[in-house]
Amino acid sequence: MSTSPTWLKELANGARDTIPMMVGAAPFGVIFGTLVTSGPLHPWHGQLMSLTVFAGSAQFIALGLLAGHASLIVVWATTFVVNLRHLLYSATLAPYVARLSPRWRWTLAALLTDEVFAVTYNHYRLAPPGAIGPHYFLGSGLAMYTNWQIWTLAGLLFGAAFPHLQSLGLDFAMVATFIAIVVPQLVALRYIAAAVAAGALAWLCHDWPYKLGLLVAVAGGVAVGVVLSRPHEQLAATGSE
Amino acid sequence: MSYVVLILGMAVITCLIRAAVFVLGERVVFPPLVRTALEFVPVTVLTAIIVPMAVAPHGGGAELTWRNPQLVGAVAACGVSALTRRPLLTIAFGLAVFFVWQGLLAR
Repeated sequence: MSTSPTWLKELANGARDTIPMMVGAAPFGVIFGTLVTSGPLHPWHGQLMSLTVFAGSAQFIALGLLAGHASLIVVWATTFVVNLRHLLYSATLAPYVARLSPRWRWTLAALLTDEVFAVTYNHYRLAPPGAIGPHYFLGSGLAMYTNWQIWTLAGLLFGAAFPHLQSLGLDFAMVATFIAIVVPQLVALRYIAAAVAAGALAWLCHDWPYKLGLLVAVAGGVAVGVVLSRPHEQLAATGSE
Repeated sequence: MSYVVLILGMAVITCLIRAAVFVLGERVVFPPLVRTALEFVPVTVLTAIIVPMAVAPHGGGAELTWRNPQLVGAVAACGVSALTRRPLLTIAFGLAVFFVWQGLLAR
């Protein structure tokens, strides 16, 4: 073990620390793959999506939108909105990759999911920027990526083996999955108000063509959240002065 | 519509968002208002997708009744999630309630 190069050890450490996240993502990969087989997409489209997009929530949402006959532009706009949160992740990690070559930065960026961010930031923040090389990040990202491909494939095979699943109303698995993600985030009144506003608008506009109502609902919900956040920010600003 | 074009477009959008700050570096600065707005994106997007699926699973009018298994399952999942905050338990319980309810109604 002591003869193995440092970068290999870093790579392995990154992958090892990601194992809990991999276990957590596995059922979502299976559900995603199974849902693909019950929708308009061909199974290999599902694997292609996991291989190229590699963003769980955006992939789930695309399936839901396609089932509802959304237009190309709405799927893309929704992908954009849903993935905007990654800007915050990359802004947080940017100092730690600033001195790397462009090729490294593109590679690490492509692997930056919620889980990889959580694992890598937890590791890199302990040392000054530049002190830890990129291999830990790469190890975490590659582990998560491989994991996502395997469980997507498992879901695709499962869905293909039991084609009658779709008649059971399997899309409810997506509803339950999203509820499991949303409800724990409703930790303050402003989040609850934003969610209620988005849900109400989504319901009022749900028969708009091409699912355009979804974008209206998100804009309205975010606006409510921002308005309710202003006093908090001002308090924080005056408190720090 | 070509699904391959759709998927590759999603891939390009996702990758550009993830890479923007890494590649452009310190030139990207977020005003506090944008940061605040981004915080609310996950909650609002997911809720906006869930509500129509649970309230009107057949695409028509609202089915605000106990005879709608999607709605009953969603309410059950919300309850479990609020009480335990455990994702897998939430999904498993929500699915169980949904399938049992659907089965009972079909009898």
